[in-house]
Amino acid sequence: MALLETHALTASYGDFQALFGVDICLEEGETLAIIGANGAGKTTLMRSLSGVLKNKPGSISYRGESIGALAAPDIMARGIAMVPEGRRLFPSLTVEENLLIGTYGRKTAGPWTLESIYALFPILKERRRSPATALSGGQQQMVAIGRALMSNPDVLLCDEISLGLAPVVVRDIYTAFPRIRETGAAIIIVEQDIAQALKVSNRVYCMMEGRITLSGKPCDLDRDAIHKAYFGADGHELA
Amino acid sequence: MNWLDTIAQGILLGGLYALFAAGLSLVFGIMRLVNLAHGDLIVFAAFLILSLVSLLGLHPFVAALIAAPLMFAAGWILQYHLLNRTLGKDILPPLLVTFGLSIVIQNGLLEGFTADSRRISAGALETASVSLGSINTGVMPMLTFASAVLVIVALNQLIYRTSIGRAFRATSDDVTTAGLMGIRPQRIFAMATGLAMVVVTIAALYLGTRANFDPTSGPARLIYAFEAVIIGGLGSLWGTLVGGIILGVAQTIGAAINPEWQILAGHLAFLLVLLFKPRGLFPRAAD
Repeated sequence: MALLETHALTASYGDFQALFGVDICLEEGETLAIIGANGAGKTTLMRSLSGVLKNKPGSISYRGESIGALAAPDIMARGIAMVPEGRRLFPSLTVEENLLIGTYGRKTAGPWTLESIYALFPILKERRRSPATALSGGQQQMVAIGRALMSNPDVLLCDEISLGLAPVVVRDIYTAFPRIRETGAAIIIVEQDIAQALKVSNRVYCMMEGRITLSGKPCDLDRDAIHKAYFGADGHELA
Repeated sequence: MNWLDTIAQGILLGGLYALFAAGLSLVFGIMRLVNLAHGDLIVFAAFLILSLVSLLGLHPFVAALIAAPLMFAAGWILQYHLLNRTLGKDILPPLLVTFGLSIVIQNGLLEGFTADSRRISAGALETASVSLGSINTGVMPMLTFASAVLVIVALNQLIYRTSIGRAFRATSDDVTTAGLMGIRPQRIFAMATGLAMVVVTIAALYLGTRANFDPTSGPARLIYAFEAVIIGGLGSLWGTLVGGIILGVAQTIGAAINPEWQILAGHLAFLLVLLFKPRGLFPRAAD
């Protein structure tokens, strides 16, 4: 039984349908990358998995339980934590308060505590009394990841964590992922940075126009197949 | 005329206005809800205390202790089952619903208690006074001001030092992301309104023991509360206290010059602040 699975998942914003029958599965301890161009439906998929978007009952299962119709706080309480696109830190909270709020809906003992988050991202300890929005973009992303980890999740959803960050900062943030994986958490990473996604993941799904167009292990996927799945048959050259 | 005494009385009166306004400020700060029934809820709480005093023969302060959890529950239910349904991007639905609620409360109180003016007797406390140098002041106004300071200190402690306070601020910042933290915004809003109703009960205790009130007294209390909140800066609790004091001092100075100018002087002070500091004296950075 897969840890987290979608079954012909659809999602819409009003009349606009963003997802068309998406099937993905995540196994225990696995790191999954979801790649695709802007508008492919990656963030919509993450919003569906985290309960921000309401789904049809039965469209998502977690440890065999149907969670499609659950609201975000119920899904979070079951151990699925989200690092949202754009970080979405709380501006009226300090760095430490932003981390602590991550435990509000799930106080589960585990490897992640304030101290272990500070060990993972030492700069946050120095800036713990600062307003979260006073930090640089990279430091804010560290807070967003730390905030999600504070609930000791079994599944960590990371939506576009490299967005708007300098490559060197992105590399720093991704160096934390092996440590996160060591704790046994399964991870879904949504990325536009294909090279980074292929490097950190065990399996990759490529999305285009709300559909899964390719899946497989990074080592089994060739450049042309990814090119077609990412942009379509007449797409642009990959960077 | 003793100006020092006049200003002292104004500061103490500001405590009452701060109590009127603190609940309004709390609710606005957390959910951006302007509750037009706030003044009527204060009057409703005053009638609840009056009923407990009349029926059970309790001292008003003891009656307020019983009324506070009842008002908390009423506020929780009101927010969870009614006002939460009105919250969204459009600011009109909550305004219309709370305006309607104001009419319902006023008419309900008229049905239940008639249009007669009432007062809650606090016994010897009503006339007790103390002398501080050249200033003579009543014990009740001093208790009112001390309660206002205590309420604001307690609310600040709650908001800035506790887990629920963090949840209040996080929900105020971003409802969707708060949900991802396991926070249930509907319950947070209900809790905030429940707390605001506890403050309303304290305000009602002092309103009822210091002045006459009747079922239609609410809107005037709402105006003072609004003015105190706006002078202080939307969502700032300490600003609300300062706003109440400015309003109170303006009123007592106005009354000292000419008794007919009391209310007018308060409104003029409000307009002056609005003219030079439209966002209030201590606006929140995020507003």
